[in-house]
Amino acid sequence: MALLPDQKIDCLGLFCPVPILKTREVVKQMSPGQVLEMISDDPGSEADVKSWSARTGHHLLEVEKHGPVYRFVIRKTG
Amino acid sequence: MAPSTGSSSERPDSRRSATPATRVYLDYAGFAPVDPRVVAVMRPFLEGGVGNPSAPHSLGLESRAALDSARAKVARLIGGAAAGVIFTASATEANNLAIRGPLQRVAGGHVVTSAVEHISVINSCRDLEKRGWGVTYLPVDGTGRVDPAAVEGAIRPNTALVSIMAANGEIGTLEPIHEIGRLTGPRKISFHVDAVGAAGHVPLTVDEHGIDLVTLSSNDLYGPPGAGALWVRPGVKIAPLVVGGGQEGGYRAGTENLPAVVGMGVAADLARTEGVGEAGRLRELRDRLIAGLECVEGARLTGARGDGRLPHHASVVVAGVKADSVLMELDLRGVAASSGSACARSTGEPSHVLRSIGCGREEADGSLCFTLGRWTTAAEIDVLLDLLPGVISRLRRLAP
Repeated sequence: MALLPDQKIDCLGLFCPVPILKTREVVKQMSPGQVLEMISDDPGSEADVKSWSARTGHHLLEVEKHGPVYRFVIRKTG
Repeated sequence: MAPSTGSSSERPDSRRSATPATRVYLDYAGFAPVDPRVVAVMRPFLEGGVGNPSAPHSLGLESRAALDSARAKVARLIGGAAAGVIFTASATEANNLAIRGPLQRVAGGHVVTSAVEHISVINSCRDLEKRGWGVTYLPVDGTGRVDPAAVEGAIRPNTALVSIMAANGEIGTLEPIHEIGRLTGPRKISFHVDAVGAAGHVPLTVDEHGIDLVTLSSNDLYGPPGAGALWVRPGVKIAPLVVGGGQEGGYRAGTENLPAVVGMGVAADLARTEGVGEAGRLRELRDRLIAGLECVEGARLTGARGDGRLPHHASVVVAGVKADSVLMELDLRGVAASSGSACARSTGEPSHVLRSIGCGREEADGSLCFTLGRWTTAAEIDVLLDLLPGVISRLRRLAP
């Protein structure tokens, strides 16, 4: 069953670095353990989000691709 | 017309007014002071007595003549036809026009570019991908150079455009434009060159290099910010991104920014007549700087050496320090420099250029970029080289 996110952001139409900047802003406001869903159609966003979550330690729970659109599910760590 | 006022030895006021305490300015690629001779020619276009270039009255006709003259000067810098110059508000806009322009005309196709292009080229290519185009991002060698044989290997029957920069702004490496131009010409593929870092510093002529589209920036030629240009070879078809009243041959609507465009024209003329001599002087300063930087413990040059590198560019990665801390310490001591990429600074990720040449995250964190220019002196280089080793060893001692 898909996780129900606490927050969602829509980055369709935007390009690097904007999806990561928006993700960072929203995650900063969230509480540890909460889950964010971000969608993006930037072809570079998969690499960017993976790199960003590896560096910051937030858990990248899911990466799905539906046609050109990526869906990322990220859990904020403490 | 040769500008008559001012002289290149005179330092522009803007150089100091930005940061009053700055005595040593080594961020010319970030922002170049506008040459006082350019300002002198722009002044009447800001102070009045000038009309809209599209207006029917005599003031408009004078403006039209000034616009055409600027177009001819910009074209002359790259040895192209004046009619091919489309003025834009920035080099980023020109890169967008060169790459996203064709998609308005063609339903789908393929583009070959490199992994180390400016972000405006990379994101324009990603936009094409979203619309069903194929894009090949070629890897580079350890110095950031694209292999022309890889370009040839990536070309497909539906390749419409090859876009490779003339020189990398972050690591200074010159790309093999000449060899790539020989591949695209006979195959009737358009060849776009982002020449922002290279124009005015290294020779670049469109016919000799087989180039069809060239991106130029006014400020990188010591002209005013807020102006750029795309040169398009007559006969190469693109489509406008901005439509309206048909200015710039219909390729870029909107009333022309005449003061900035006139300034860019003068700047291009100065770059054409003085650029080669200036490059020799800058190359000596650059080599003095690189030699000094390589003496700093844990510092490693990024990008190519010697003739494979922009004459005014030095970049290093320094182990065990954060670039931001080094730059702050230098700034406190009156030295302005950069880390190479504003985009990477905003996300905290290593820049795509440093990743492409194999720098790990920690190494990329210590990336420093020094760009020299028309008013740089040997004394400025020596001030930096005196300060830097002490700043770095102090920061290393403070590091956890």
